[in-house]
Amino acid sequence: MFLTRRALGVAFSAGFSIVLAGPVAAQGQLTVYCSVQEEWCRPMMAAFEKETGIKVSMTRKSSGETYAQVKAESANPRGDVWWGGTGDPHMQAAEEGLTEEYKSPKLTELNDWAVRQWEGSKGRTVGIYSGALGFAYNTKLIAEKKLPEPKCWADLLDPKLKDEVQVADPNSSGTSYTMLATMVQIMGEQKAFEYLKALHKNINQYTKSGAAPAKATSLGETTVGIAFLHDHVMMIVDGAPMKAVAPCEGTGYEIGSMSIIKGAKNMDNAKKFYDWALTPAAQALAAPAKSFQVPSNKATPIPPQAPKLADIKLINFDFAKYGSSDERKRLLAKWDAEVKNLPK
Amino acid sequence: MTAITEAAGGSSRPRSAGEGRGKRRTGAESVRSGPLLLAAWIAYALLPWYWLDFQAPAGMAGYPLGPAGSGLALALSGKAWWLAPILIPLIVATVAWRTADPLRRNGLLVFAGALGLWAVLKQGFVVGLKGWNFAWVAALMGGPGPSQAGFGLGAGLLLLCFLLLMCQGLAGRGWCRGDAFIVSAVGIVVALILLFVFFPVSTILASAFQDNAGHLDFALFVAKITDQSIWGLDCVTGRLRCGVAWNTLFLGVLVGVATTALGLAFALIATRTDFRLKGALRILSILPIITPPFVIGLALILLFGRSGAVTAWLSEWFGIPRSRWIYGLPGIFLAQALAFTPIAYMVLVGVVQGIAPSLEEASQTLRASRWTTFRTVTLPLLRPGLANAFLLGFVESLADFGNPLVLGGNFEVLSTKIFFAVVGSATDQGRAAVLSLVLLAFTLLAFWAQQMWIGKKVYVTVGGKGDAGLPLPLPKRVAVACYATALPWALFTASVYVLILVGGFVRSLGRDYTITLDHYLSGFRIEQGAGGLVFSGGAWDSFFATLEVAAMAAPLTAVIGLLTGYLLTRQRFAGLRAFEFSTMLSFAIPGTVIGVSYILAFNVPPFELTGTALILVICFVFRNMPVGVRSAVATLSQIDKSLDEASLTLGARSWTTLRLVVLPLLRPAILATLVYSFVRAMTAVSAVIFLVSAKYNMATTYIVGRVEAGEFGIAIAYASVLIVVMLVAILGFDRLVGKRKLGRREAPPVTVAAGG
Repeated sequence: MFLTRRALGVAFSAGFSIVLAGPVAAQGQLTVYCSVQEEWCRPMMAAFEKETGIKVSMTRKSSGETYAQVKAESANPRGDVWWGGTGDPHMQAAEEGLTEEYKSPKLTELNDWAVRQWEGSKGRTVGIYSGALGFAYNTKLIAEKKLPEPKCWADLLDPKLKDEVQVADPNSSGTSYTMLATMVQIMGEQKAFEYLKALHKNINQYTKSGAAPAKATSLGETTVGIAFLHDHVMMIVDGAPMKAVAPCEGTGYEIGSMSIIKGAKNMDNAKKFYDWALTPAAQALAAPAKSFQVPSNKATPIPPQAPKLADIKLINFDFAKYGSSDERKRLLAKWDAEVKNLPK
Repeated sequence: MTAITEAAGGSSRPRSAGEGRGKRRTGAESVRSGPLLLAAWIAYALLPWYWLDFQAPAGMAGYPLGPAGSGLALALSGKAWWLAPILIPLIVATVAWRTADPLRRNGLLVFAGALGLWAVLKQGFVVGLKGWNFAWVAALMGGPGPSQAGFGLGAGLLLLCFLLLMCQGLAGRGWCRGDAFIVSAVGIVVALILLFVFFPVSTILASAFQDNAGHLDFALFVAKITDQSIWGLDCVTGRLRCGVAWNTLFLGVLVGVATTALGLAFALIATRTDFRLKGALRILSILPIITPPFVIGLALILLFGRSGAVTAWLSEWFGIPRSRWIYGLPGIFLAQALAFTPIAYMVLVGVVQGIAPSLEEASQTLRASRWTTFRTVTLPLLRPGLANAFLLGFVESLADFGNPLVLGGNFEVLSTKIFFAVVGSATDQGRAAVLSLVLLAFTLLAFWAQQMWIGKKVYVTVGGKGDAGLPLPLPKRVAVACYATALPWALFTASVYVLILVGGFVRSLGRDYTITLDHYLSGFRIEQGAGGLVFSGGAWDSFFATLEVAAMAAPLTAVIGLLTGYLLTRQRFAGLRAFEFSTMLSFAIPGTVIGVSYILAFNVPPFELTGTALILVICFVFRNMPVGVRSAVATLSQIDKSLDEASLTLGARSWTTLRLVVLPLLRPAILATLVYSFVRAMTAVSAVIFLVSAKYNMATTYIVGRVEAGEFGIAIAYASVLIVVMLVAILGFDRLVGKRKLGRREAPPVTVAAGG
């Protein structure tokens, strides 16, 4: 018996003797999947807890990861609200019915683009902030090489910038897909692909993460990086020698979104959070957390460092068309075939 | 030797073949299954059947019914009538216990165990959280059906009891020479691998054959797996890129060879020379493995990137133009070689120690030169070690994701492709599964090649006799080669770590070198609050959770890994090779895929584990177990079986033999496994990113978040803290496990390098 008892003991401790917190579904709770920077997530949750007394469990993951998780968990959802992160995965979740329809009383206070996001998703997701696409250049390197300062998308084709431009791979990064869709909308599909093919000669690498080119520009690993302007501003505020540019031809933008997960275990609290997150007080928490996107509530003060949407020539981005998975698949496949593997 | 073995085999096992032993032993045998049976009844009749939330105060209300009710009570009261059939196998097992005839009894035990497992699992899978889980059951029974939560204490224990009862029956019928311990161990390990490797992995790999709507589609599978972007060979003929499969394979072989060579150099220096700075060398060889991901890649960029320190220096002093050579194959190769050399070292150091000096002395007595001896005696004896080290390096390189992400440039590998097929802007789980299959095929190939290379030769060098020989000093050219590879590498590692250490104390590494403590303060601030110390830094929560999970996972990994290694080398049973390969499965599949597969498999009853620390622990145990298996296999293939047999001849049971003879000789392997699994639990990223919850957030996901936010300072400060913690832990394990004594003379100072 001695041996079996021991063997039993081993397996026992392996599987069953650890007393752990099980899945929680008690009242007065809320589980939030947060897809913005950690230092923005934390004060948001703390402020909501303080205001309502609801205990928030927050997990921070990128929006792509959260989408994959929400999808995998759909048989037995764990999260209640998915707050933040670029709009595409929210749209995709809405398209697949992973999120819940909800019409917030705050909807009337929002900017048009935020409401359009809500309408485009049939009420399943709403815009909470937006950020324009652009590029930034390392001022030191530009001065060293005595290059003219790039101001437009077209300037990036300058042969002197050969191997000096960095952008993410649109297959892995929503940021870069936004650029692809932007180019198609500015120039028309054929011209856009000609532009991207020409730009390919100047690209030193297609990074995996969308914000990586901003980092690389700040470190001087590349002269020009293409990313969302608020990613650049974050580096600049941190003291990096770089300058952010809103391209003269106009540019696209992302809409950071929020959705309620279908089958949420704390539905009432989820709706409370949803309404609260659209108030000016909640949205004003972004700027102290070094996040300089443009908030969706018209009454929220726009942080002074934020790239002003008014100064940027924004295109009328068709999120319904370019956010749909069929169009996305088609454009990405075309980009893979015609641009990515082109010899330099 | 063979003759002796067989003679010993014939007479040594008093407990073999229970049925031939007559009445007296039969009585003893039936007593053995008694306590198990009792446990099974307790599990069914008394313990809470379902998974309980131990933190909810009302958890025990209504016992023996209610959410904490026992299986029997719920079944009899009709609340969960589908639990009632489980009574049948329990009764059969009880009948078996009272049966005197051993043949009948064992047959009944096997039947009861198998039926019990089937009955418990079947009801668990059929009755789900939202009623019937299968459409045909719903059609048959009508209605949405009843619902139930996941298995809890009672159900889990009962499953285990049925499994062990079945194993006892099988042992009674002569399996594994009638050794109940061995059969139970095989049974448990197989069951665990089935549950925590096969079950989740097959749920996700099935999606390789489905389209996005979940319908079977083989044509799509064929189209996906023959895709040009996977297998293209354009780089051979032109300047285009090659397929991602070839990239991965090439990188894996390169890294496998390099880490094995470097690991061998370090191991030889540590065991066979009187190099003075061995201690420092040992720490350096361990450092990379305890470094959280991204940090090595980041450090390499800061050293060798276009604006890196070394690049700037080279360009100023020698006019070497700045370039981006680090992005792509060279960078990934450097980072992976840096990161995985310690694994090779840990496997090899035990094997080098284990080589019997007397064999080398014999060679010298026969007038072979030191070099000839090294080449014809030492090196061939190292084969299992070299092969296992290569296999681990290769597979690690295949599965690594952090380094290609940071340093990949335009060089694509399967692991990052798979990651972005799951979370990228064009998500396609089917594609991820297809790419995972390719990755698995490579692992299988490497495994097979390794088996071929080791061959059927015997590598036993640790026998029952004390070995009076002295380990030979290395031949000159080997020593020179070792120093020439290991020392520059050590210097390189050291400079990377100086940079990392400095990075935590300056404002912005690579840009602004003002000294500051801000990074440590924002992560690890401790304040004097009203009720004592308050850990107010942002990193503390994840830090404590990580420590807790790592401390739980490490010993479990060691136990399961080493037990499996022991079974693989010392026992012969049907399906051994398949079993061996299945232990490698979870290691070879990229973490992202494992993470998603764990959600798919364990987010719903009967095994509902997501959101707990348990799922993290399990994930780590089964992901890191192969290292335990590999190092046990490498070490055990050196140890003469006659040692075990001598113990068995003297009447010890196999468990006693394992404990008193095998385990002490396995000390280097135990240490390697403990260290590796502890460290891996603290540094793994891709798998856990889906399994962490608000309560159990892990250090690495926190670090990745910092890196994403561009706050390298905090990331590096956190990494430095983790490195120090892990170093302390490793030294602790070192003390705890102790050194193995091989009965060798210690004349020249060849102290055993137990750090490995």
